[in-house]
Amino acid sequence: MAAMGSGRGTMDSQNQVQSDSIDRLKLLYPNVNEDETPLPRSWSTKDKFSYIGLSQNNLRVHYKGGTQGPGRRPHLPYLHLRLWMHRHGKTHKDAASVRATHPIPAACGLYYFEVRIVSKGRDGYMGIGLSAHGVNMNRLPGWDKHSYGYHGDDGHSFCSSGTGQPYGPTFTTGDVIGCGVNLVDNTCFYTKNGHHLGIAFRGLPPNLYPTVGLQTPGEVVDANFGQQPFVFDIEDMLRELRARTRLAIDEFPLPDEQGQWQQVLHRMVSTYLVHHGYCSTAQAFSRATGERVHEDIASIKNRQRISKLVLGGRVGEAVEAARRLYPGLLERDPDLLFLLKCRQFVEMVNGSDSEMCDSDAEGACGANGVATSVISHTSRAHSPAPTSPPAPHAPPAPPPAPHTPPPHATHNGLHHTNGVSEMADGEPRANCDVDMPPAHASPNGIAGSEPVKGMPGVTACVAALLSPRRSEGEGCRASVERMLAFGRELYAMSQKLTQDHYHKSMLEDAFSLLAYSNPWDSPLGWQLEPVRREAVCEALNSAILEFQGMGWVSPVEACVSHSRELLRRMARASLGACAFADLPALLRR
Amino acid sequence: MQHFTIFMDIESSRSYIDELYSIEDMKILDALIALKNSVIGSNRQKSSVIQQGIVPRLLQLMSENHWDPNIRLEATITVGSLAKGTPENVTALVEQGAAVTIVDLLREVPIGTKLAEACLCALRSIFLNPPAPISSVPAEMILLTRFTQIAKEGSPTSRACVVRILSIWCGGPIEQEALCAAGACSAVATLLAPKGVTAPPIARVLPALDLLAAMCFENANVSQVALNTRYGDKTIPELLTLLVSRDKPLPVAMGAARCLTFIHRAGALTADDNRVVFGALPCLARLCTKDMPEDIRATAAETLAYLAEVDTSLQRLAAISNHLMSSLADIVTCPSAAAKQGAFKCFASLGANDEDIRKRIIETHGLMVHVVNGMNNPEPSVRLAAVRCLHSLSRSVQQLRTTFQDHAVWRPLMQLLNDAPGTELLTVGSSTLCNLLLEFSPAKEPMLDQGAVEMLCSLTKRPEAALRLNGIWALMNMAFQAEQKVKQRILCCLGTEQMFRLLGDGDTRVIMKTLGLLRNLLSTRQHIDAIMGEYSSQVMQAVIVVLEGSYPAEVKEQALCILGNIGDGEKAKDLIMANEDVLRKLVDYLAHPESKLQEAALFVAGNLVWRGEAGCAARQARLADLGVLRALKLLRQRQDAAHLHDKVKTALAQFNEFT
Repeated sequence: MAAMGSGRGTMDSQNQVQSDSIDRLKLLYPNVNEDETPLPRSWSTKDKFSYIGLSQNNLRVHYKGGTQGPGRRPHLPYLHLRLWMHRHGKTHKDAASVRATHPIPAACGLYYFEVRIVSKGRDGYMGIGLSAHGVNMNRLPGWDKHSYGYHGDDGHSFCSSGTGQPYGPTFTTGDVIGCGVNLVDNTCFYTKNGHHLGIAFRGLPPNLYPTVGLQTPGEVVDANFGQQPFVFDIEDMLRELRARTRLAIDEFPLPDEQGQWQQVLHRMVSTYLVHHGYCSTAQAFSRATGERVHEDIASIKNRQRISKLVLGGRVGEAVEAARRLYPGLLERDPDLLFLLKCRQFVEMVNGSDSEMCDSDAEGACGANGVATSVISHTSRAHSPAPTSPPAPHAPPAPPPAPHTPPPHATHNGLHHTNGVSEMADGEPRANCDVDMPPAHASPNGIAGSEPVKGMPGVTACVAALLSPRRSEGEGCRASVERMLAFGRELYAMSQKLTQDHYHKSMLEDAFSLLAYSNPWDSPLGWQLEPVRREAVCEALNSAILEFQGMGWVSPVEACVSHSRELLRRMARASLGACAFADLPALLRR
Repeated sequence: MQHFTIFMDIESSRSYIDELYSIEDMKILDALIALKNSVIGSNRQKSSVIQQGIVPRLLQLMSENHWDPNIRLEATITVGSLAKGTPENVTALVEQGAAVTIVDLLREVPIGTKLAEACLCALRSIFLNPPAPISSVPAEMILLTRFTQIAKEGSPTSRACVVRILSIWCGGPIEQEALCAAGACSAVATLLAPKGVTAPPIARVLPALDLLAAMCFENANVSQVALNTRYGDKTIPELLTLLVSRDKPLPVAMGAARCLTFIHRAGALTADDNRVVFGALPCLARLCTKDMPEDIRATAAETLAYLAEVDTSLQRLAAISNHLMSSLADIVTCPSAAAKQGAFKCFASLGANDEDIRKRIIETHGLMVHVVNGMNNPEPSVRLAAVRCLHSLSRSVQQLRTTFQDHAVWRPLMQLLNDAPGTELLTVGSSTLCNLLLEFSPAKEPMLDQGAVEMLCSLTKRPEAALRLNGIWALMNMAFQAEQKVKQRILCCLGTEQMFRLLGDGDTRVIMKTLGLLRNLLSTRQHIDAIMGEYSSQVMQAVIVVLEGSYPAEVKEQALCILGNIGDGEKAKDLIMANEDVLRKLVDYLAHPESKLQEAALFVAGNLVWRGEAGCAARQARLADLGVLRALKLLRQRQDAAHLHDKVKTALAQFNEFT
């Protein structure tokens, strides 16, 4: 495991090196999902006419002409060479283009690339622009349908036509020509040496490729797709479009029948508070606004209590409470139960869970308020775990939960020992013997290389960890054994579930914690962070709500995910404005 | 019914107006509040209150220390409210000393107080009504320092007010320097700076930008100070570059670009500075585009005209920026006068130096029709701008021969110049005429028929040197290779007396052009003889005046050239030969240290001794007697006159018999 970890470490650093150049593009086009629509990063080696040669990571384009070997002028006496040079590029038949590897994704919003003219060659018949997939490459951009170009020899723009319109200045060796595509308005503009020349084309079709075309020998151009800083200040235009989109959203007219915003917003706030069990706040809000709360207060409080247990790391107790309050819930949803158990295991490592006996373990239920962090002993200095050495009889140290007795506790005779109420009473736990299946690992397994049975992938090094501290007391040892036993049980449970990658990796990650002498400082230490409890808590809360026949997600969150999905759909439908609708920023307001 | 309400109003207000003069503070205060409430939002009530003569009492209540602070505050607020009334109301307030009283009050009121804020609000309202009472704020260091301190530290309203007042007040170099010395630049920097990542609010920025523009306009010293004034780690030009970006409100971007323009034109930023080239210029070009509101486009075009007025590289850049020329061609068709004149001025700047741009303006954007229409516009500012544009375009030889002819631009131009226009229009218009009257211009003939000669001759009598120069210059151009009747007409119309007056002009350029006119008149043999036959004594007198007077060398050169031309005439030669004074002068100039005078004198001598013409032998003998021959020989020996040796040799060769 350690070897794997270090392996991953080096891989990460390699990614880091690679991503240095990628980052610039990611920053320019943050809303582009490159898995779906990759960004153009170089010229295509396939999608080009044969007269075109590429070099320098496929960013440099030169004209090599048609009749001779690849990338080289023919080996001819000087005069013949002049003649060859002279004949080439004389007619439009000599024109040749190359497209970028990918079309421009609509989610860029505003796409921009620059081309530096390294050499204008003999006549400087160069065209810079855009073309759709499949457009003839034996042409300069702009001459055919779905092809658009700005030509250096006359400064004209060519909009799918053999005749150009006067557009801008001519360009030649040393000039940097930029081509920008506004995917909101579907327009295209050019820049010369950082100066905006104005809009050249309107009503562009979607999915165009950056394209350059050359026609005479000696013409060489370099492209910058954003890996290097641009000469033109594209940020300025991006800011403008962002501000414009924001204004369009803010000022979007509302039809009258949907116009009762105050009420809608109140309902959203109220349902959100109720959903997440902010009971008192919800009541206060309800009093202030007159917005009715649609759930029983007691029911909200129950959910709130369970959530607090999970957020406090006391997953075992939470599971127990859920079982008691919502019989059938966890049985119906084994995936959820597995998630909870996995978390419980992590919390056991963390030392924040008081492990509970549950129905899978045979026999009576006994509450064990035991801070079970064993491993923490070895690294007390780094450990966020309790500072006092855990003893079997010590009350749980993790963040104190509200000690209100659950309303149903009294009715529920079966579960006479309830973790919450007991803690609230501060009752010392006299009973620490737990009915656990006997440990399969050898208690004396000091060697440590032997795999722990029932928990594949976990070596017995945990046991090894224990041995020096045996003197500290049997309780410690017992808790580790309990943990291992719990782990085995968890593994068994996972075997029963439909095997999917998600479950498997979750279990592996959790088990892997045991491989480290200081799990908090390990590559998998993120699991131990309290913030990780939130997802589990949310899953449980949603399941309970669904179980009770209510929405599993609050309207405001549904609204956010709806918007997010709409943005994705906009990107697929080539609506560039999606690049500038910054959801987090809109929500922060 | 109407009568009745007015009667009621005055009657009902009477009571509290009387109370204003009460001895009890409480009654005064109540009366003030009642008065304040009655005038808010009602121009009729404001007028009525002012007519009743209450203003002096209000001023007294606000300015005298012994009154209760609340009374002073309410009185000030009431005056401020009155100052928001009609222009007549404000004028009345100023006449009764409101502005001066408020300024005096501001000298002593502590900065953070409500009274100070009320004073500033009232003063701003007064200043916003043109003409602002500029003299009420003297350029005193103590007062201005106080104002800039308020601009830095006061409440948001106070800051906005004081900066607005100063931006209107700052109208000349004295005010500019005084404000700069009082630290206004750093106050402006404070106001322009962003708060963290958020841009400063528009209400704070706009007055500050106007103040900065007013301070930097044509003032190199203040612009230099602004260049080096910092807020945090950013200088004022850097703060301005942040404000010209596309996500800023249009008036803010416009104001910031205007400031950068003024700082550039005052010489503090060079024409190739990035803050000009990538800051002000693209912003202004963008603000001229079709999507912008008309008033913004108008101001942007005019500012861009000023930015690019003199620098060719900026003109070339602007011409390719963001379809500026199409945008301007579109602005010309906007209804408002401001837009039209802004666009014409901008075209004038763009075409000032570059023939290629001029060609594009005319050919691609079909501007001539609009220029001709603009010259007939009822608005004087539009007419002037159209003529400026025409002047700029008239520098193109090609256009003079083609488009100008097609559109008969001379017609509206002559019309304008004959309509007794203002000095500025006359200056630009006559400069344009100069170009139109160039020899190759086909407009020459029809303009003569329109009375161009008479108009130009009258220009030479104007007190303004620029107009005299343009007049005589145009006449000179007109006389170049002209027919004899035209020359006669010029001479006749100008009159020899006026010509002598022009030769005594204080402006050397006028003298030069006058002599140039004489030269052009005296060319080709027949014309010389004809004109000299009539005006010989005057012309000779003119030449002698110049040759004897203390004129710069290039003026005397012109005079000698005239002599040379006369010497080319058949009969006219004798006029020179008969004048011993002139001949002796000739000898002197052949030995003159100034090379161009030697050359000119040589030209005269060469014409006089030319063989094969009747009486040449006699002339040669006479000239040899007077020492011309000797002078020529000496000239041949001089090393510094080596470039003239060929001509000297030719002249000497004519003297065969005597050598």
